[in-house]
Amino acid sequence: MDLTREEESALKGEQGEVMQMAYRILVATGEATDAEKLIPIEWAHLAGVNYNTIGDAGEEFLSGISKDARVKVKTTLNPMGFDIDNVSKYGLDENFISKQLSIRNSYEIMGVTPSFSCIPYEIFDIPKEGTQVAFAESNAAIHANSYDNLKTNKESAFSALASALTGKSPYSSLRKEDTPNVTIRMKVKNPNELTYGMLGFFAGKVGDTSVNISGLGEMDRRQCKAMCGGMGTSGTCAKFLFGEGDSDCEKVDFDEKEMQTVHDELNTAEKGDLITLGSPQLGLEEISDLAGKLKGRSFKKRCMIFCPRTVKDQARKIGYTNELERAGCEILSDCCTCLTPLINKDDVDAVTTNSIKGAFYLKNSTGVDVNLKSLLQIVEDETR
Amino acid sequence: MKKILVAGKVQGIVLKSEKPINFLGTVDKKTGIISDKNHDLFEKSIKDTILVFPSGVGSSVGAYTIYSIKSNNTAPLAMICQKADLTVVTGCALTNIPLIIISDEEFSSIENGMKISLDTDSSNPIQYQ
Repeated sequence: MDLTREEESALKGEQGEVMQMAYRILVATGEATDAEKLIPIEWAHLAGVNYNTIGDAGEEFLSGISKDARVKVKTTLNPMGFDIDNVSKYGLDENFISKQLSIRNSYEIMGVTPSFSCIPYEIFDIPKEGTQVAFAESNAAIHANSYDNLKTNKESAFSALASALTGKSPYSSLRKEDTPNVTIRMKVKNPNELTYGMLGFFAGKVGDTSVNISGLGEMDRRQCKAMCGGMGTSGTCAKFLFGEGDSDCEKVDFDEKEMQTVHDELNTAEKGDLITLGSPQLGLEEISDLAGKLKGRSFKKRCMIFCPRTVKDQARKIGYTNELERAGCEILSDCCTCLTPLINKDDVDAVTTNSIKGAFYLKNSTGVDVNLKSLLQIVEDETR
Repeated sequence: MKKILVAGKVQGIVLKSEKPINFLGTVDKKTGIISDKNHDLFEKSIKDTILVFPSGVGSSVGAYTIYSIKSNNTAPLAMICQKADLTVVTGCALTNIPLIIISDEEFSSIENGMKISLDTDSSNPIQYQ
């Protein structure tokens, strides 16, 4: 890899230990992915925020580097474990809360915008076409590459952090030109968001770094997010293109049979003890739509709704919060269905959700059963 | 083909596995002992070894496990893999553990218990003794 004199100097440690570590990460990742150089990025989005996933090692590491580390570019970050506004209602242990707050504090000291959201593409302005960014959250990376005309690789928590601290990233893979070698042909009729989530999950398993998807009709925002979430969960694929692709592309069908296989893998229960909506987190548009669907209805069991803090604040001003709370919803910001300690297998056997991403983590990390249903079906079955 | 991903200079004894290692959950952070019953290194300690294995697997958060074992002084001296994966690459880079990727032939030729001198600045970075 060709490095500039300044990059060489940082790698030798002449700009301090933190910069040396950051450049070590970028160079190692760059060499591994055959990058010829580092290029500037304008926005980093970090993962590795939830104490549930990074644990004591992560908390100690971040606390250590925050003494010297400062981000060089706009940097946002993923959800943490809970919403401080209502955490007292969930009986979470003191140790978790204090370690999580230490993590939050370390990121804030480093200059990170405390967005705690997995949908940065929905709550921040999108930079101009072709801008290089470094998004560690998989659904956000896929959304950025596929819908927002931005460029990012599938980053790890550490490569994105190194990019935030240096403003650079290895020039490799999806940052260059990339042509998928496989096309998924969408054959399922009348798809809803659950179908698109399963299509994404299927495509993520088939594709390597990117895939073509043909046969897609108009998709609303909920369906787009569902597809990005599903795809980011199952593999290393970080981009999809709409269309058939070249004639020499391998063609793979996604029909009822393939959909059933994904469904059987993730749906393990007939019904849930509680409902979760938001994985990826819900944006204002989805909150507004949900408030409309719930007019005159109430949930028969607990329903947790996850959204970014900015969305929660807007929803309160517009009056959606009242509507949703009246219908029995619990509204949580700064956290998400995935890996929140607020859902605990000691109290919950199964969760109903319309999210494939949520289902995957509920099943594999939280350790509860999952009941998959589309939002329309949830409103029909679970409210009165 | 040989790629140097994290530079360094160390000497040590090879501990080799034919199976990939999932650092998140199968390595005891305090002792460096592999706790996965189905792994060929089960009950062996990776501490102060030259750890030779095909690649890492599993969540990239596993890089924090590498950070933990390094902090607890139970980490390998160096790692040698057949394939680069993000978890091991970023974990070694984070903690400054030398990491080299080698060809399949060279991987097959390395045996458990071999003594190795590793110097990434040398034209021949792996010397077998």
